[in-house]
Amino acid sequence: MELTKQEESILNGEHGDVLERQMRLLVRLGEIYNADKMIPVGSVQVAGVSYKSIGDPGLDFLEDIASKGGKVRVLTYLNPAGMDMKDWKELGFPKDFAEKQIRIMRAFGDMGINTTATCTPYLAGNLPRFREHIAWSESSAVSFANSVIGARTNREGGPSALASALLGVTPNYGLHLEENRKATIRINVNTELKTSSDFGALGYWAGKHAKNGIPFFKGIRDANTDELKFLGAAMAASGAVALYHVSGLTPEADSQVGGGLETFDFGDKEKKETYETLNTGQNPDIAILGCPHASIREIAYVASLLEGKRLGKPLWICTSRAMKQLADNLGYTLKIRKAGGRIVADTCMVVSPIEEMGYKRTGVNSGKAANYLPGFCKQEVIFRDVEKLVEELLV
Amino acid sequence: MKGRMISPGKVEGEAIVSSEPIGFYGGIDAKTGTVIEKGHPLEGKNVKGKILVFPSGKGSTVGSYVIYGLKKNGVAPKAIVNRETETIVATGVILAGIPCVDHIEIDGIKTGDKIVVDADNGEVNHA
Repeated sequence: MELTKQEESILNGEHGDVLERQMRLLVRLGEIYNADKMIPVGSVQVAGVSYKSIGDPGLDFLEDIASKGGKVRVLTYLNPAGMDMKDWKELGFPKDFAEKQIRIMRAFGDMGINTTATCTPYLAGNLPRFREHIAWSESSAVSFANSVIGARTNREGGPSALASALLGVTPNYGLHLEENRKATIRINVNTELKTSSDFGALGYWAGKHAKNGIPFFKGIRDANTDELKFLGAAMAASGAVALYHVSGLTPEADSQVGGGLETFDFGDKEKKETYETLNTGQNPDIAILGCPHASIREIAYVASLLEGKRLGKPLWICTSRAMKQLADNLGYTLKIRKAGGRIVADTCMVVSPIEEMGYKRTGVNSGKAANYLPGFCKQEVIFRDVEKLVEELLV
Repeated sequence: MKGRMISPGKVEGEAIVSSEPIGFYGGIDAKTGTVIEKGHPLEGKNVKGKILVFPSGKGSTVGSYVIYGLKKNGVAPKAIVNRETETIVATGVILAGIPCVDHIEIDGIKTGDKIVVDADNGEVNHA
């Protein structure tokens, strides 16, 4: 790899032990993947934030960097934490868990990181431009940034993203290079997609076929950013899809598709079968929306469904602190609260210890959540669109 | 045997060899260094102070932090030797400062062999 004089001097330890190891990490990753050089990044999003995921070793690691004065050089956001950082007590999160989680957030904050903990940073103030190089971690955010915005990022591990934040660069390989962004399989969509869960079902099914490839979708007539978010999130969970193209809708779709691709058809039958696969239970004892974190449009929709209604079981909508505050200001939080629901900020069901909080059957509208909840949180899953889930929970 | 330096350092020690990949998250206990993955060839064995030899890493990226935790808790292997070091292990050994060499034909190493890992020069040899 060609390094600049400045990068060489960091690697030689002239800027201290913390930066030396961070640079060694990025150089080695670059060599493993045949990068030619480092490139500057416009922003970073760091995974490995929940205490449930990183445990004491991760906490020690972060406190070590923070205590040695490590500071980030670019706009850096975090992935969701393991709990709501304000309302954790009221929501029933365990105290010993909370104490560790608070220390993790403090360490990140000391490094100069914007501790907005969200899997949808692009809705909360970290919005890259078309073709901007970034270093993001969270698989659904990586997918959205690459596919819907047309920014360029590999799927970074927590430590490599943090290294990019501390150094302001990332090795130039993979999806940073134009030639690696071409579609590898084609999916013809021959069924109507009406709800967020329909897009999640398509994503789950497509991820199984695409694995770590780049799907090109034909036949999706329209989709808003929320729906594309659900599509990408499910593909990144059931497969390892970091980039997809949708004919007519995403910015690189026309330039990155060639002929002769292996082709699959997603019709009524495939949609129905996917719903059957993802539904592993019935009669939810909680429903959790906001995987990935809800937009203000989704929150407004739920508030409208709940107006004048009463929930018999808990309903959580997970979102970023920024969207929660907007919902507070616009009166949505209160409407949802009056019906017995909650807006939960900073966390999500996949990284929070819901199985320890007594829940066994969770209703979701997200293909990603439906993919992960059985394994990560030992939940039976009820996979439906938002309207049907809300109906099931009403008194 | 000549390979590639992943993380620098030079140590001598006793090899513990796995024919299967190792996933550190859920695979090795960061507090004790004991292999806990059910059905793994090294299940129940301890990696502390050994030269840990295996083909490559696997599993969750959180594994990098487990490698760091092993070092922090004083139960890390002295060095790691791989056929191919992927990003999870590379990240872990670099952050933890554990010497590591890859591109080594590990079939030539048996558990109990005394070996020297000279990661600075990318070399692994029998003592």
